Amino acid sequence: MTASGPVTPSPKAAGATGKVYPTAEAALADLLHDELRLMSGGFGLCGIPEACIDEIARRAPRELTVISNNCGNQGQGLAVLLQRKLVRAVICSYVGGNPDLAEQYLAGTVRVELSPQGTFAERIRAGGAGLGGFFTPTGAGTIVAEGKETRVIDGQQQVFETPLRAELAIVRAQVADGFGNARFHRTARNFSPLMATAATVTVLEVDDLVEVGALDPDDVHLPGLFVDRIVHVPRHRDVIEHRTTRTRSPA
Amino acid sequence: MSWSREEMLRRAAAEIRPGTIVNLGIGMPTEVANEIVSSANVMLQSENGLLGMGPFPYDDEVDPLLVNAGKQTVTVVPGASTFDSAMSFAMIRGGHVDLAILGGLEVAVNGDLANWTVPGKLITGMGGAMDLAAGARRLLVMQSHASKDGKPKLVAKLTLPLTALACVDRVITELGVFDPAGERFQCVERAPGVTEERVRALTGAPVDF
Repeated sequence: MTASGPVTPSPKAAGATGKVYPTAEAALADLLHDELRLMSGGFGLCGIPEACIDEIARRAPRELTVISNNCGNQGQGLAVLLQRKLVRAVICSYVGGNPDLAEQYLAGTVRVELSPQGTFAERIRAGGAGLGGFFTPTGAGTIVAEGKETRVIDGQQQVFETPLRAELAIVRAQVADGFGNARFHRTARNFSPLMATAATVTVLEVDDLVEVGALDPDDVHLPGLFVDRIVHVPRHRDVIEHRTTRTRSPA
Repeated sequence: MSWSREEMLRRAAAEIRPGTIVNLGIGMPTEVANEIVSSANVMLQSENGLLGMGPFPYDDEVDPLLVNAGKQTVTVVPGASTFDSAMSFAMIRGGHVDLAILGGLEVAVNGDLANWTVPGKLITGMGGAMDLAAGARRLLVMQSHASKDGKPKLVAKLTLPLTALACVDRVITELGVFDPAGERFQCVERAPGVTEERVRALTGAPVDF
């Protein structure tokens, strides 16, 4: 679509001010409704937007479709939404370690669409990048390919996968400025920058909120135009699923 | 006689060439890391977005936001990099990971792998297994040779749901090392004391020695 006349500035381009909200409650106030299609960053409980999830659990919109790699784990993270019976469907790659999801999946009250993890990531990337889908060798010949177009490309059977988008993405970064330029920490990045590109509205929850200009442009993992709203959440619970350590050999 | 778990891990580590990029799957393959000597300059890739994964942290260096694909706390080695999941699977699918070591449930003579689900059991999801199996340049599978009641897990044709077609290069079991070779398995090595007869009895397809 090409604009022919004067263009109303996108809310995402409105500059540095106006994106920062005082609380997750305020940031999500007009965005939650029944049948919401929601994306949430995080790998298991690593790097999840805790304040946003807490607020969604509190507001309790129903019949949610949740797009997230794991949909929480061990009764925490997005699993809280499952426990409150707010979820109708989940698109994810892994449901292990999530008894709330397993129980409702078996009972038939939650529909689960499994997507191989790399395909899941790429579907979100495609959704955010304006692509109509892609062919991948992943899943060829498996149940993942059932009902999908296949094609032999370079002698290899490949499966057509469609893009994923959502109405709302909630993601969490380590540091961001008021425009939404964000940098993630270690393996907390995972699906978050992809999801931020693939939703109508993206809410970023950030540990450190800095002045515009404080982040070196080369250090930005997620350019601010993908972020619509920002909430400063200095403290996170950061639950560790498996705390594995080694011991120092005695000196 | 057959290999112990530790001997299987050491044998798997011997498959890793110096200076390569390796992804270790969840479970037993993860433990192969302990058998890799640091002088080999192997870079471990973790599909949740890390290249250059180090050992478990000391108690005072645990970072909750630094985990492996099994969600265990880990560290980074000098030269490590972190990235998003699309980049991570571009590495995997694009053939930039030299070797993946995954657990297996069944391997067929043509290299087909089943390792993600068993009908009738609770589905856990495939996670990154299908991408790793389809994308890694070389795939090594670690699994038991047969079930406790003697049902072969190296088979002529899979009985369990497929993870990826013709992807397995080599299988390590407690009985030895086996390569899918089209219509037969090629036995590359037998564990000490394991006879050809025992291998044949516990394998669901012809084996060449």
